[in-house]
Amino acid sequence: MREWAEARVEDAGGRSTVILSGPMVISSIGHLDKELRAMTAPVQQIDLSGIGSIDTVGAWTVWRFASQHDAQITGATPEAERLIEAVRNAESTADITPPRSSIFIRVFEDVGHKVIEQWHGTVRVISFLGAIVISFFNSVVHRRFRMRALVRQMELVGVASLGIIGLMSFLIGIVIAQQGAVQLEQFGAESLTVNLVGRLTLRELGVLMTAIMVAGRSGSAFAAQLGTMKLTEEIDAMRTIGVSPMEALVLPRILAAVIMMPLLGFYASIVAIIGGATLSELALGIPFFTFLARVQEVVPMYDLYVGMIKAPVFGLIVALAGCYQGMQVQGNAEEVGLKTTQAVVQAIFMVIVLDAVFAVLFTKMGWA
Amino acid sequence: MNERADGAIFAEDTDDEIGGHYDGQYPIVIEGLKNAFGDQVIHDNLSLKVRRGEILGVVGGSGTGKSVLMRSIIGLQRPLEGTIEVFGKDIVGAPPEEETGVRSRWGVLFQGGALFSTLTVAENVQVPIKQFYPELTPELKDEIARFKVTMTGLAPEAASKYPSELSGGMKKRAGLARALALDPELLFLDEPTAGLDPIGAANFDNLTRELADTLGLTVFLITHDLDTLYTICDRVAVLADKKVTAVGTIPELLESDHPWIQEYFNGPRSRAAMQSALNARGVDSDTGLGA
Ligand SMILES: Nc1ncnc2c1ncn2[C@@H]1O[C@H](COP(=O)(O)OP(=O)(O)O)[C@@H](O)[C@H]1O
Ligand SMILES: [Mg+2]
Repeated sequence: MREWAEARVEDAGGRSTVILSGPMVISSIGHLDKELRAMTAPVQQIDLSGIGSIDTVGAWTVWRFASQHDAQITGATPEAERLIEAVRNAESTADITPPRSSIFIRVFEDVGHKVIEQWHGTVRVISFLGAIVISFFNSVVHRRFRMRALVRQMELVGVASLGIIGLMSFLIGIVIAQQGAVQLEQFGAESLTVNLVGRLTLRELGVLMTAIMVAGRSGSAFAAQLGTMKLTEEIDAMRTIGVSPMEALVLPRILAAVIMMPLLGFYASIVAIIGGATLSELALGIPFFTFLARVQEVVPMYDLYVGMIKAPVFGLIVALAGCYQGMQVQGNAEEVGLKTTQAVVQAIFMVIVLDAVFAVLFTKMGWA
Repeated sequence: MNERADGAIFAEDTDDEIGGHYDGQYPIVIEGLKNAFGDQVIHDNLSLKVRRGEILGVVGGSGTGKSVLMRSIIGLQRPLEGTIEVFGKDIVGAPPEEETGVRSRWGVLFQGGALFSTLTVAENVQVPIKQFYPELTPELKDEIARFKVTMTGLAPEAASKYPSELSGGMKKRAGLARALALDPELLFLDEPTAGLDPIGAANFDNLTRELADTLGLTVFLITHDLDTLYTICDRVAVLADKKVTAVGTIPELLESDHPWIQEYFNGPRSRAAMQSALNARGVDSDTGLGA
């Protein structure tokens, strides 16, 4: 049972007195405060002689009411008086949230900001890329290459993701073979399933799905790591020591992604083909090794080149988005989440756009 | 377990709900505490009692486990052995829902401030209020946030600022405002004056003393600041050798022959701090701390 603070009004000779009772503390004052705020009739006196314990919130409520009605406070214990004195000295009318302009202005303001931000963002990304290139040549020229960091990142981006990428690719291989077989069967061209699986995975899906997976796993990690390091001023600390965050943090991550993406993409394609072969052995009646041998015959070499040319570019995009967004973090923890999301979304979007551009380009080159 | 003799002092506190009041003599009682991270033992058989209404300074070398001790008391670090009672209630074994009754009655200022970075200072102050007392009107909540901010010595305009826009000292004050939001009976401060300029630190000390006196707080104050120890602490607990090796007023501690205590309180910095504390009270150092 919670005991609440209460108020009673007494009129004597034209003077009305509010008599308070009960504990005047934050846990018991909720109802009393509402009651007092609703009271509009003039009050000349507030009697505190009947109250129990009091804290700053109780003292504040009494004092606010007293000053609103210009009433006199009586019966206060020395403790109550001290608290009232403390809170009245601390009164303020300052805003508790930053001032906001009206919704009408805010809409235009936001749109304007977005447009300008878009332009500035583009400029910043390009200068970020430039800074990476410069620090790459710097570190090569001065032989300051951070091999350990690079190897560590290659492990995180590449080796650590072998399991999940393998499983994903295996399943994709199975799905393509199975769905492809169902459709091709209608033309009696079931054997073309091999072409479908082999060419599609090496050319497109192996690398594309891997890029999406790396964006989700490593791009997001880059953004969150660098973002948190910016918040905790670790990056500022590095700069002051003379360590370039570009060389120490960004470059190893970018290079790791660029180096590991072709390897992962190739691995993914192979596993997908194995997935397709497994399914065709089990469901289509094409033996496993026959499937693999047929892949060798029907997939032209340039399909592999197409995949392997795209892979490092995708790796660059994913790592660039992650590192760039991470370095843009400032202010608070919410920003880290926001920038991480942006890193992943931008990376996947750019990868898909570039994939389409590559598709047109390679077809024009005759690698169709 | 040999110090259990005065256990009878604890008032039977059956008031389990939010916002109770503790009338016993020792709001914090720790016995036989053991904490370890892996093989590294931080506390071993540590016992400590904090008296109601006192400012207890906690000192000890860096890494001796002062922060870990505080985290154990407030239930963030589960000890391997031992009992911790806050307001006469067991913290170690208590299920989380039972702890809420205790949580509304203490305030904590973490070493790094630990302000919620997406909220303004005033909104930070309102978080515990909204959590425990949703029945308060929004006007009252706003007013409370404002006067708490001003009470801790921040400029009123700081109320609408985000933590990233504050200086280190302002963050400490904002953290203190949030710790005081519920008018707690018990206040935990982890190195509140570390990193403040001497004037800011002295102000913060005075503020702590003043608030403790006005609000009748019990304060658990971790500090390295000798001035803080001399000017505002009623007693000092020394953490060394994985335990509380000594507790007492500074003159009492000076009698101890523990090497760390001797070195700490008889070092040149300590002597200077003591001299200035005594001068401030108008007492000669030879006659002791009697005033
Ligand atoms: N989460 C943790 N994991 C492992 N060791 C820790 C952890 N927190 C603290 N420690 C160790 O416990 C010891 C005490 O730390 P702490 O209480 O923070 O010291 P201080 O007395 O300076 O506040 C240190 O040696 C620290 O390395
Ligand atoms: Mg600490």
